[in-house]
Amino acid sequence: MAATPTSATPTSKYMTEGEVGLGVALMVGALLCALASARAVDAPFSIHMAVFALAALAGLVTILRRYGARPAAPPRQEIDGKPNYNLGPIKFATVAAMAWGIAGFSVGCIIAFQLWAPSLNLGLEYTSFGRLRPLHTSAVIFAFGGNVLIGTSFYVVQRTCRARLAGELAPWFVVLGYNLFIVVAGTGYLMGVTQSKEYAEPEWYADLWLTVVWVTYLLVFLATLRKRTEPHIFVANWFYLAFIVTIAMLHIVNNLAMPVSFLGSKSYPMFAGVQDALIQWWYGHNAVGFFLTAGFLAIMYYFVPKRAERPIYSYRLSIIHFWALIFMYIWAGPHHLHYTALPDWAQTLGMTFSIMLWMPSWGGMINGLMTLSGAWDKLRTDPVLRFMVVSLAFYGMATFEGPMMAIKAVNSLSHYTDWTIGHVHSGALGWVAYISFGALYCLVPWLWNRRELYSLKLVEWHFWISTLGIVLYITSMWVAGIMQGLMWRAYNALGFLEYSFVETVEAMQPYYLVRALGGVLFLTGALIMAYNLAMTIAGKTAAESDPLPADGALPGTAGLAPAE
Amino acid sequence: MATAQAGLWKRHEVFEKNSIILLLGALLVVAIGGLVEITPLFYLKSTVETVEGVRPYTPLELAGRNIYIREGCYLCHSQMIRPMRDEVERYGHFSLAAESMYDHPFQWGSKRTGPDLARVGGKYSDQWHREHLKDPRAVVPASIMPAYAFLDRPIDADAIADDLKANRALGVPYTDEMVALARSDLKAQLDPDGPATADLQRRYPGVSVRDFGGDKARIAEIDALVAYLQVLGTMVDFKIYEDKKNLR
Amino acid sequence: MTYENASAFAQTSGLLYFVTIFMAVAVYAFWPRNRARFDAAAHLPLNED
Repeated sequence: MAATPTSATPTSKYMTEGEVGLGVALMVGALLCALASARAVDAPFSIHMAVFALAALAGLVTILRRYGARPAAPPRQEIDGKPNYNLGPIKFATVAAMAWGIAGFSVGCIIAFQLWAPSLNLGLEYTSFGRLRPLHTSAVIFAFGGNVLIGTSFYVVQRTCRARLAGELAPWFVVLGYNLFIVVAGTGYLMGVTQSKEYAEPEWYADLWLTVVWVTYLLVFLATLRKRTEPHIFVANWFYLAFIVTIAMLHIVNNLAMPVSFLGSKSYPMFAGVQDALIQWWYGHNAVGFFLTAGFLAIMYYFVPKRAERPIYSYRLSIIHFWALIFMYIWAGPHHLHYTALPDWAQTLGMTFSIMLWMPSWGGMINGLMTLSGAWDKLRTDPVLRFMVVSLAFYGMATFEGPMMAIKAVNSLSHYTDWTIGHVHSGALGWVAYISFGALYCLVPWLWNRRELYSLKLVEWHFWISTLGIVLYITSMWVAGIMQGLMWRAYNALGFLEYSFVETVEAMQPYYLVRALGGVLFLTGALIMAYNLAMTIAGKTAAESDPLPADGALPGTAGLAPAE
Repeated sequence: MATAQAGLWKRHEVFEKNSIILLLGALLVVAIGGLVEITPLFYLKSTVETVEGVRPYTPLELAGRNIYIREGCYLCHSQMIRPMRDEVERYGHFSLAAESMYDHPFQWGSKRTGPDLARVGGKYSDQWHREHLKDPRAVVPASIMPAYAFLDRPIDADAIADDLKANRALGVPYTDEMVALARSDLKAQLDPDGPATADLQRRYPGVSVRDFGGDKARIAEIDALVAYLQVLGTMVDFKIYEDKKNLR
Repeated sequence: MTYENASAFAQTSGLLYFVTIFMAVAVYAFWPRNRARFDAAAHLPLNED
């Protein structure tokens, strides 16, 4: 079989244990999935098992072809005394992030317009709001954000450990396996496969697959930390590690479920009612805390100092920031359930920790912002750095607004309204997406060995168009949300409720349109970015960019120096 | 003294120097919050009130609930009435934890793009629900709800007994009889003149047995969904429910 | 466990637990001996190879 060594060449070439093991696992997996696909009790499960089977086959073929093409010796850990960094999986994650980002922003725009003009649901099950909305949230959080996190974490951990990524196939397995999960989850939503837990919608088999991928991710990350040649583990890696391990814990507990059939997509979550609600929002809020915050703070702690060319403002503050943040975030979930049937003590506990969370959050923001002290002038000339600094400003704003909305009295007005949507997007667009954009603009020239981006002018355009988009989005949702909350509780002079529910829906219409247009601007900015990054990867240089040095070093052949 | 301190700090260095310890430290820190908040909910008796009337969903209601979940209704409709004057006047008695104790998963929701549905059962006629689902704007001109005309297709619920079994494995008190008769119960609920009506009402006290505006010879998805919507919030009789008994 | 027990527990041992952890982290971060190591760590991203 393929596992046997090839015949007697001078330097005999063997398959590694990883190649044999993963190859056999993929072969068995492909067979089992094909069998499950043939015997499935519902169509979505059959389709998904076929997808898994094909992916496993493709993986098997790739391993064999890679084996045929690779030299006998394993890749060297160091070349000329420098670590031989493994950049392939990072390149894939970077391109995937950009592609998923555009897909996710587009679906967001579509569902935003659907709220303004319901005929855009088209009367089809596959295009109705209820199925597209999880597609939007998962595409932006897990597909775009997740690929940014995996890509940057693999980059940062290698650089700050000064060691090649652990494993050869494992990092590829993580990146490709994660994106396979995204495909299965996303197509599942369109077919109505969901367990209805927000931000944890994928069904049991997709959850199991993600667990396998995620544990591998943790192991690759830990093994790389172990290989490090630096004595200290840089603080960004602390945040990445906390993100990976906490998401593993949350994912497993929140997705415990009983499948109706092991050959069907439907399952019933293990917990019910009030317990299920608290576990869901313990998960949901910490998906925000550890996926969308801790992971992206790790990006901040590496990319802001790197781009500003100065060390982080206070390393001590970063240590306190780390422990305080992960300590407090985990308690904040119950603020999603204020005034519900959740016992009061749990609500109070959630509110208290949510308010305390303001402090470590701002500690992190100050640490990032102050890193620029003495270099503020760079903001004028470097739009990439500006993306990152503005992201910190939005982070500060959202982490002030969040604790405020977690106060029960405020929450009684804001809950169930579009204020929440506005709050989420000031964090998602302003903080998560902007720090990601900043990181991607840094990363692409570094990974593809380009001197600079294709065009800084296009980054400027991206920055201003998307900032305008965010402003339209969050202001319209603030106004709409507060208005909605006030209308629901308005009484007339006779002591009756003043508005019927549908009157409050009608009042939202102009704001829904403004929000949708804001979304379109944000998407436009992302398209500009994709073009800019594609041209950078292609090695083009725009005319308006800074002129190249006189010796005329051409793009693609530019030196090793990263774009700094 | 100095050496003692150096020894102490060697020990603290493990956090930055040893990735496994860092991992365990972080895991311990994040596990505590969840444990302290979540575990008491499983053994504090006051978490879920004792009320009469809450029963497991009938097979038809459960099938309808699965359609509700499949179409993502929970993304725009909450099922959780908070105890504020305006909400109680608009939607009815505030929701009790007991009312969702058999809900795997819970459907409390997080957003009211449309109104709360916790007590929508019995508020509108079956015919109203059917027209509204088929074309919301025919009934409520300013509605922004998607049209669900496609729900008129036949329901695929041949394996509904397996759904009951899965729920039973998770603690929902379905009896052997309920599981064995699940498929016929699903049909029987739509046929008030059928022979099984009395039996069905014994198994599921208070169940509405009627055609929900549909054709009982051809069970459609919309029939099940309407049956589910019409049972929402109707299980507890608030005329006899005592608030004071469950103060917590 | 009643509500009273739970809240008494949270207000005493909980407070103690959090203050202890916070103090430990703060002392560690500000211990003079650690300064040099932290400074070196802060420069990690800037070292090029």
